[in-house]
Amino acid sequence: MLAGQQTWKFQRQPHIISTATIVGPDEALGPLKDSFDKCYDELEIYEKSWEKAERRLLSEATSLALSKKNLTADDLQIYVGGDLLNQIITNNFVARELKIPYLGVFGACSTSMEALAIVAQLVSTGAVKKGMAAASSHNCTAEKQFRYPTEYGAQKPPTAQYTITGAGAAVVALDGDGPAIEAATIGRVIDLGITDPFNMGAAMAPAAVDTIIAHLNDMNRTPKDYDLIVTGDLARVGHPIATDLLLKEQVPINTTHFDDCGLMIYNIDDQQVEAGGSGAACSAVVTYGHIMNELNKGHLRRVLVVATGALLSPISYQQGESIPCIAHAVALKGKGVE
Amino acid sequence: MSKQKQQSKKYSRSNLSAQEYQSLAKTKEPPRSILKNCIMSFLIGGAICCFGQGVTEFYMYIFKMTSQQASDPTVATLILIAVILTSFGVYDKFAQFAGAGSAVPVTGFANSVCSAALEHRSEGLVLGVGGNMFKLAGSVIVFGTIAAFFVGIAYIVLGIGGH
Repeated sequence: MLAGQQTWKFQRQPHIISTATIVGPDEALGPLKDSFDKCYDELEIYEKSWEKAERRLLSEATSLALSKKNLTADDLQIYVGGDLLNQIITNNFVARELKIPYLGVFGACSTSMEALAIVAQLVSTGAVKKGMAAASSHNCTAEKQFRYPTEYGAQKPPTAQYTITGAGAAVVALDGDGPAIEAATIGRVIDLGITDPFNMGAAMAPAAVDTIIAHLNDMNRTPKDYDLIVTGDLARVGHPIATDLLLKEQVPINTTHFDDCGLMIYNIDDQQVEAGGSGAACSAVVTYGHIMNELNKGHLRRVLVVATGALLSPISYQQGESIPCIAHAVALKGKGVE
Repeated sequence: MSKQKQQSKKYSRSNLSAQEYQSLAKTKEPPRSILKNCIMSFLIGGAICCFGQGVTEFYMYIFKMTSQQASDPTVATLILIAVILTSFGVYDKFAQFAGAGSAVPVTGFANSVCSAALEHRSEGLVLGVGGNMFKLAGSVIVFGTIAAFFVGIAYIVLGIGGH
């Protein structure tokens, strides 16, 4: 059911019945190491190209999410996924193996929640019985496509972010014992004229703020209704800006725990990741790993995940265009929370 | 929950203009450590050049070359070392703190060619390696040639520049 202008409030709340997360070596050095299902010890993921490496991460994450609940691809009627590569090629190849009806989506780093929102809506309305949402990214495929060759020695500014290597998948069904999906708020494209692709946190912060305010208004809630509001990858530069913007609009964001997946995933001061993590898998692996565990254990009751995406292309920023940004929010509720 | 709901009110949406936001974002940018970067690039760039001088001396002393004769094998040696370091994935890590110190010397040029060749190896030898090798170094060659052309003209016409 539509609430306000942007929020889908699910009458029949679907549940996340199974999740899987697989990451690379840098993420395994971070504080959330134990929340991931599998950590690879090398960036190549034992494959011959970066693209194959990313594909393997996603392929393993999707099969693991199914096998954890003894499901097969035949039990699902929809797979919605996306990644950062041209033509979302990683997901196209993985969907080829899965042979599940497939919708490919692109929302840059907001893809994780975009996919989850779509699957939740389809499950809630009964269009499908079970579906899977997934997102992946790989540091080196992203560097190769958006920046420089991976081994090129360019000094990065302190505002730059480090694309995480990983993949996260979630199986959604109407009946199940996992956390429920209460609502999803679909973001609007916001562009306040930031042109520096090495400062995406600052570019995306207004989009996150816009979606958070829309969500709270549409749901008639305050930040305190959530134990955790987490943005996707605003990192060390964008996250404080978002906090300031929210407080400026009298949104008492300081009454809840307001964090960022890009800050949670690494030991920012010890790892060479500049401002923090980013990438489509950043919010996916943190949400489907750590946050899911905390919801299942009852440590968190309600969580709002606001995945943020910078919708730029390598050509658009070379042509001097600013960075259009978006954020999609999904509200999750732990077991037995009313 | 119901108590909280009573407290909730409609929040207004930000009406910050793009210009206002950009100046706000500017103030939140962590400062780039220009002084530290200058010192590091001076020290590391200088160290690479000193090392190169050492290689020249080595060729002059061992192979009895003149300093002019020794310059070609010196450049080749530095390129070889840069390519090996790039292939082992060390050069980019080193460049993060060396900055211009590792980018400006010939080793930086070698790194740009080698890294692009490695990166696009998966797309084949001709279209991958051949087509992309000079993706970054190409502009150095183009503008280097143009600059040399104008310096050459200045040398002929005015008798200045050149060597």
